[in-house]
Parts: sequence; structure tokens; C-alpha cells
Amino acid sequence: MKTYRAMVLVSNDPLSIERGSQQVYAKLTEEIAAYGLQDEISLSMVSDIGRHDAAPLVIVYPDAVIYGPIAPENVHSLVEEHLYKGRVVAGLQAPLKEMTGRIAWLSARKGTLPAEQRIVLERAGLIDPESIEDYIIHDGYAALGKVLAEMKPADVIAELEKSGLRGRGGAGFPTGTKWKFVSKANGSQKYVICNADESEPGTFKDRLILEGDPHSIIEAMTIAGYAVGASEGYIYIRGEYTLAQERMYRAIIKAKEMGFLGDQIFGTNFSFNLHIHSGAGAYICGEETALIESIEGKPGIPRARPPFPTTHGLWGKPTLVNNVETLANVPPILRRGAAWYHSFGTPSSPGTKVYTMLGNINVTGVVEVPMGITLREIIAIYAKGMKKGSSFKLAQTGGSSGSVIPSSLQDTPMDFDSFSKAGVSLGSGALLICDEDTCVVDLARVLLNFFRVESCGKCNPCRIGTQRAFEILTTITEGQGTLKDLDTLLELSNNLAMMSNCGLGQTAGTPLVDILKYFRAEVEAHIRLKVCPAGVCTMKPHVHPEGKVHQNA
Amino acid sequence: MTIATIDGKVVLEAVNKAVEEHGATIDELIPILNDVNRTLGYLPANALDEISRRLRVPKSQLFSVSSFYRMFSTKPRGKHVVQFCESAPCHVVGGRQVWASLLDHLKIGPGETSPDGNWTLITTSCLGVCGVGPVIIIDDDIYGNVAPDQIAEILARYSETGE
Repeated sequence: MKTYRAMVLVSNDPLSIERGSQQVYAKLTEEIAAYGLQDEISLSMVSDIGRHDAAPLVIVYPDAVIYGPIAPENVHSLVEEHLYKGRVVAGLQAPLKEMTGRIAWLSARKGTLPAEQRIVLERAGLIDPESIEDYIIHDGYAALGKVLAEMKPADVIAELEKSGLRGRGGAGFPTGTKWKFVSKANGSQKYVICNADESEPGTFKDRLILEGDPHSIIEAMTIAGYAVGASEGYIYIRGEYTLAQERMYRAIIKAKEMGFLGDQIFGTNFSFNLHIHSGAGAYICGEETALIESIEGKPGIPRARPPFPTTHGLWGKPTLVNNVETLANVPPILRRGAAWYHSFGTPSSPGTKVYTMLGNINVTGVVEVPMGITLREIIAIYAKGMKKGSSFKLAQTGGSSGSVIPSSLQDTPMDFDSFSKAGVSLGSGALLICDEDTCVVDLARVLLNFFRVESCGKCNPCRIGTQRAFEILTTITEGQGTLKDLDTLLELSNNLAMMSNCGLGQTAGTPLVDILKYFRAEVEAHIRLKVCPAGVCTMKPHVHPEGKVHQNA
Repeated sequence: MTIATIDGKVVLEAVNKAVEEHGATIDELIPILNDVNRTLGYLPANALDEISRRLRVPKSQLFSVSSFYRMFSTKPRGKHVVQFCESAPCHVVGGRQVWASLLDHLKIGPGETSPDGNWTLITTSCLGVCGVGPVIIIDDDIYGNVAPDQIAEILARYSETGE
């Protein structure tokens, strides 16, 4: 293999592209050639590197110098000074204090931040996602090779069970158990589905995995196919993720060319094929049976469960449905063993979790840390604190259906069991962190609007319950609420949880219940005093209650 | 990029291309509708007829699918479609002010198309670019960290090019 003196990476996430990263890349190619450095310096595009404030970024290794935001006209001096003469161009460097994600991890060597632990995002941002060679050099397809050469399907499942991996889509179901169900189900035709319909508000971890390390999902799904006895797989990617779809599409073609996918993989008798299926904008399709309906060419309306997809899934056949992040954990576990995996996280929730940090904090973005870290630590260390000296009021974890966490619960370790003990849910890993300028009634109204709009309409408790809750919350923000409304809201939440057909309705009331539990005084102020303590609600009728929206325009 | 009335041949071409690329099987229905919607700006009735014929799917199912998913439209949209993310992560970092500014500048309500056919404004759920909220998408361009006073300038980019 050719060795290079330096490596130059250009960020290529949607925001960077929007801000001209492609032009920067073109200009870099030109300038590097102009100085005759093309054989000494490797240049590649990488996906999201973890910070957006200074996009597009140009990063030079091994010096680990980060430049940003870089415009094409900066490129000449950057190449001449840094790459040719070896002098750091201080004026173009991205401000150091606002670092997060991959960059923070890299600069940890310089003693600025405690290291993140990256398992599923290990390669994202470091390799060229369009290059299968890059993936292979970084241990790619090694797990698949090992599995096909040395392990029986039952061994794979046993190892996964031993690892204690739990589903990262939100529910935390043991992955090995699910694989076992599918492998034991009757039927010669089985399917593996990767749920990449990531629509939970505030969550974009799966997008980063798909965009930054597409082959890891292909490898994991092929292993899953071998373990459960499936020869066909679908990756269901939400319609809005066009870049992820394109990258995945090209990755599948390359994997087929090199014999990691398709017929007789690695020369064995095992064959596995993958299809990409695009969603079309429906949150409910993240529910596994709705997703299956959608692949079958129908509206995404959840089925009744049981029977579960593990026995009656796609086309009525046994089907394994796993989330992207869950699958991304599989190859590292099989390569390094279950014992290695247990060295991260807590005994009942081993491994890491990818969180997306959002809201009124200094640094937004993605962070992968061991299970069991606390919210306070995430805010202080990775999010670099609350914005402009504002103080923490609440966090919403796990997207719209997640819990609302008041400051008193900030020190609960974030793992499946500690969270369920505290009565909150970990969900998809979104951490929406809000300061005191956030009004809880207004927030609840926005969340219920989401459910009202995204409800598929199949069952009455959900279709009517979310609509009623939204209407009541709207009247409270308009200063027209009564105390009796609060009882009605709790009753609605209870009915939603007890009587809805699927997870959407069952969890729609969660944030509402939490808000009434922890912030009742603030809600009552809207009713008794007709004031919004946070100064958000106008206490006047809404001009545009987001009523007519989501109809076909 | 909607054309006011679409030539039957153009519709047929769009359907042909999508069906060829994905294959005429029912599990490709939604990807096919996606492609056609993208090419034509919406799903005209004759496109649905043709897809129904090619995939041997009842028209009733096609109408139920095309009216269920948010990314499909059965009615023509404006030349430029502005999508505003109304989910909580964008809302708490200033989405409300951006929304007010959008209404102000476009002078249309959610779900409406401007009388000159230039703009359609729709609200949408989370778009998965929450790290840079508030987010709006115009056609295929994503704008992050949008401030209310940038709206005029962003919209002007689309009027000038006359696309």
C-alpha cells in the first residue's frame, strides 16, 4: 500500500455541502496538484465529523489541525503554507473551545477533553465512506469472514446473547434473543430488515452511521442473514435521507463486486441479497409492523401484535427487524468477543450509546459514550454547558415520545435499567436540553401536535386522544384553560397508554404526564393567573394553529 | 418544480423511468412513487393510473398510499416548496420566530400555495438535521441555524434565479 506523508479530510455532511465543501474539495485537488504533492498527500471527503458551527472543515493529519470554515479562496494559502511549507495557518483554524464529537476525541490527546468511547461510530468521519478499501483496511468485513469461516449460526447467536446487546431503537429488547426467535421460527424464506426510518425528533445518529460507515450495516445484515437463515434483506431508509440512500446504494454495489454480498459469499454456500427501500415521510413507519406494511406497498399502519414479525413479518414470513445502531454493534462484538463488549457500560446495559445533543447548549451534535453516564456529565463535558450562562430547566430524552427530565433527575445514570427505575425512558438517544426560556405547556403542545399529525389514524384512542390533548393544550397557551382540563389531560394520557394499538399512541402521553408531575405549578400559572412564567405563550388566540398542515398541499 | 399542466408523455416517461429502475414489483411501489413525485413535483392522476396498470395494484390502494405519506402530493405544488420543521428540537431554539418570519414574507398559510404559483409552504416533522435547528428546506436545499432576519435573503435566492 502507498504511504502518504499527510492526510487531508474535507467534511461532507449536508450542511458542509450546502456551504460549499465540494468546491473546497475541487480547489484542494487542484492546488495539491499544482504543488506536485498528489503522491505525498491523500485527500478525501468524510461525513459528519461532529461539529457544525465551523463547516465546512478541512482537517490535516497527522498534525490534527482543524481548519474551518474554509472557503475555496482560503485553499491556496492553506496548501502553500501548511502542506507545502509545513506551517500551521493560525488565522484559518477553527476556534478550539467549541469542539465536540470526533474532533474532541482526537484532540483528547492534547488533554482538552475526556475521551469518548466509539464503537459504532468508530470509523465514521475517519474513513472515506465511498471507499470499500478504506473500510476493509479498518477491520471491515473481518467479522463476516470470521463468522462464515469459523462459526455456526447458533454460535453467532450465542455470542450475541452473551454480549448482552440490547436494541438501540428505543425499547431495549435483547438483540440475541430476537435473533434466536427468528432462527427458530418455521419457514424456509426469512427476511432481515434494517430499520433506518429514523424519524424520532432530535435523533440523527443512524443517519451518521449510514452516511459515514455504510459498509458496517451491510456487514452486520449479512451476518444476521447467516445467523437467522435469511437470504434476503431490506434497508428501510427514510425518504428524507437522500445522501444516506445514495451512499448505501453505491456501497451495496461495491460489496457485491468484491464478493461480500450476493451469491456464495467468501466462496461459501451462503448467499444474501440486499435491497434499499425508501420511506416517504411517515414517522409511524419506524414501528416495525408499519415498516413492513410500507415495504409491502401499503400505508404504514401498524398491525396487531402478536403475532410478532419474528414469526409473521414481511409477506407473512419470519422477519428480523433491527435498528441501525443495534446492527452497527454486531461486527465489533463478533470480531472482539462478548467479554470485550462487557468492558463498556453497565452489567445490564453493556456497550455504548450514541446520543444526539440538542437545544440551548453550547455544542450540539453527536456523542458516543459508555452506557451509564449521567445527563449532567454530558451537558458539562460534551455539550460544553448551557448557552450564554442560562440554566438547565429540563431535558427531553429519546425524542417526542420520551420522558421529560427535571433537574432533580440529572444525575440518574443513563442506561436502560436505571432509567426505567426512575420512571423515565432512554428512547432513541436524543437529548433535547432546554433552558428556563422554555415553556412546558408550549413544549407539550408542540409534542402533541407532532403525535396528532403523525398518528396513522387506525385506532380511536390515538387518533382522537392526541387531537384532543393538542386542543386542550392550545387553549391553555391561549389563556383559556381550566383546572379541570388538567384532569382531562391525565385521563387522556392514561387512555392513550392503555388502549392504543402501537407504541406511538402508547407513549404519546408520556411527556404530558411528566410535565404535569414535575412542572404542575407552571402549568397552573397559565390557568389561575393567566400568565406564562417563561414568557413564551402569548395568552391570546393563535393566528395559525398548525391545523391544516400535513394535508397534501 | 411543478409544471402547471403536465403533458401526458412527460408523465408516462417519468413512470417508465421509475418502473425500469426499481422493477415492477409491489415492494417497489413506494420508491417508484417517490421518484415520480420528485420528477413531476406531485402525483397526477394519470401517473397513478399508469402505475396501477404496470404494477397490477388496485387504484384504491394507490390512492390510499399516495394520500398517506407526507412526501407525496396528489395536487400540484408551487414552483418552490418550503418545508419548515415544526418539531420540538427546532422549536426550542427559535423555530417560532422563523415560522413567523416565513408567514410574513410568503404571505400564505401552512399548506397553501401562493396565487402566483411560486411558493408552497408546508410544515413537516423532524428532518433529522436537528444539530443545526431551526431548519428549513427549500426544494432540495437544507438551511440550518436559520435566523428570522435571514428569511428574506434566503427566499430571494429562489426568486432571482427564476428556476
